[in-house]
Amino acid sequence: MEAAVIVKDLTKVYGETTAVDVVSFSVNQGEIFGLIGPDGAGKTSIFRVLTTLLLPDGGSATVDGFDVVKDYSQIRSRVGYMPGKFSLYQDLSVEENLNFFATLFNTTIKENYHLIKDIYVQLESFKTRRAGKLSGGMKQKLALCCALIHKPTVLFLDEPTTGVDPVSRKEFWEMLKQLKAQNITIVVSTPYMDEANLCDRIALIQGGKLLSVNTPGNIIKAYPDQLYAIKADNMHALLKILNGYDEVLASYAFGEFAHASFKNKAVDLEGVKSYLTKKDLTGLELKKTGATIEDSFIKLLKD
Amino acid sequence: MRTIKFLLQKEFRQIFRNRAILAMVMVMPVMQLLILPLASNYEVKNVNIAVIDNDHSSYSQKLISKITASGYFKLTGYDFSFKEAFKLIESDKADLILEIPHGFERNLVREDEQKLFIAVNAINGTKANLGGVYLTGIIKNFNADVRVQLVQPGKFNQQPTITIASSNWFNPYLNYHVFMVPGILAILVTMIGGFLTALNIVKEKEVGTIEQINVTPIKKHHFILGKLIPFWILGNIVFTLGLIVSWLIYGITPLGNILLLYAFIAVYLLAISGFGLLISTFCDTQQQAMFVMFFFMMVFILMGGLFTSIDSMPDWAKFVTKFNPVAYLIDVMRMIILKGSGFKDIAKQLGTIGLFAVVLNSWAIINYKKTS
Repeated sequence: MEAAVIVKDLTKVYGETTAVDVVSFSVNQGEIFGLIGPDGAGKTSIFRVLTTLLLPDGGSATVDGFDVVKDYSQIRSRVGYMPGKFSLYQDLSVEENLNFFATLFNTTIKENYHLIKDIYVQLESFKTRRAGKLSGGMKQKLALCCALIHKPTVLFLDEPTTGVDPVSRKEFWEMLKQLKAQNITIVVSTPYMDEANLCDRIALIQGGKLLSVNTPGNIIKAYPDQLYAIKADNMHALLKILNGYDEVLASYAFGEFAHASFKNKAVDLEGVKSYLTKKDLTGLELKKTGATIEDSFIKLLKD
Repeated sequence: MRTIKFLLQKEFRQIFRNRAILAMVMVMPVMQLLILPLASNYEVKNVNIAVIDNDHSSYSQKLISKITASGYFKLTGYDFSFKEAFKLIESDKADLILEIPHGFERNLVREDEQKLFIAVNAINGTKANLGGVYLTGIIKNFNADVRVQLVQPGKFNQQPTITIASSNWFNPYLNYHVFMVPGILAILVTMIGGFLTALNIVKEKEVGTIEQINVTPIKKHHFILGKLIPFWILGNIVFTLGLIVSWLIYGITPLGNILLLYAFIAVYLLAISGFGLLISTFCDTQQQAMFVMFFFMMVFILMGGLFTSIDSMPDWAKFVTKFNPVAYLIDVMRMIILKGSGFKDIAKQLGTIGLFAVVLNSWAIINYKKTS
């Protein structure tokens, strides 16, 4: 089975900044592929090239076997794109927006209603409301409906959950899972590391360069060191001390804990604890912990 | 076809939901046509004049009362020296100074000749110019009166004189409303056609909706047509409203064929909307589009022959007006409405505007890129 999206040595330059720096990856059919990286990593540029809105400066890319430069018109009728910024007509109602985009793709709501049914039922009661008056989560649902209405084979979602509340975010990923079951390939970008685990495969991207492409599980498994979560009453002092401790390989703040790995694989925890206590730290807590995508990302960034 | 139908449906929905645009389309033509022609009047009245009468004779008194009785002048100063009178000009209380020399009456009767001195404040060019002309006219008239009294009958026709009588065609009473209304109508149509089209596409860019449109398989010319047609229709509505207002308020009805007028407007609206589209393809925000459009509109209107006649412009300016669509429209409007010109008379203008329409729209379509 041929890959749904193939990106080869893709490069995009804006003036002096290289937004996408010789990036290659491929997305298998029917999988959820995540582009994970901070703001300005080049995610949106990759999306815009893949949806034929931007011409690449180097390399090539195909979507569904069609070249993004040569066969752009084929791609346009085949992919669904949901830009990061809400870009439906705010002064048209929910139904009118959906109808309008269905027509542009030469189809009708009826024809592909089965695809959007699960999402659209939640919007049905707001059918006549103007899109601009919807809540953030509702807007995302409507945008997803509009991107799906022509039964695309590949769906591109650029930061669909940015600025959406946690409950709506969870719902949104549930919906993506259902779409995946209908054999739609989904390429999604997000700055949230916790969403990476929900993808089948992810690409970690930073500064226009790919750091790693793998399944979330493999990326975590590939983490070489044993991590320890450390907590103290004075976190600021703790982080400072860990940074200056020569036994420590890496240390950084991670939520309410500090994550640290040590040069010696069989480090003496009691020794560490007594070292920290000597530095006047109180309320110490020290335990082993597993690596997460975020740990992997930080590690990859440092290497 | 189905796509175009839906594009139009969408566009009209948005227009009807935007109260500001609707108000602009309906109220603007009526208000502007009601106010502007009444306010913009070339006839200069109330020219302030200061008189220095060094003669104090019955002739000088007669001349002064003739001037004040003309209705054009207001006597704001009656002084004894030029210095005093000049102060009035400096403080903007007088526009003109007329100095009557000492011995005005005596010399006029004895030597058949006398000189008067007129000083004009030229800061307000139009007022100064016209005030001077009016005053000269009145003095000439006074001169003729004096001749009748002084010259003996019998000798009357010995000196040949040429009298000029003029009559104003197509606007016999030199009524400025008749002259202004078609011009203002032309500008209204231009504003609606040009501004609204330009702002509309740029708004889609600004809000980001164009991004979503660009990934659809929609054809470029479909999209452009979907933007052109609504504002073409709106332009026609505004024009019709304007015609009704000028008929109801000013009693101006086109002398020529009204269908010919609409035919020209139809082509013209295509051209000016095309211009708006072209501007919109170069701009990214509504602010930019507004400023660029405003720049061109100023040039178009000021060099369109509405306020100043194109014929009196220098050659380079005349050449520039050849690329000014508004100039053609104002010209044709006046021709058809006031003069009753037929198709043959406006064929040249129609052809030029048609060419404008083709060039501007093609350029806009080529320049509208779905991919950046």
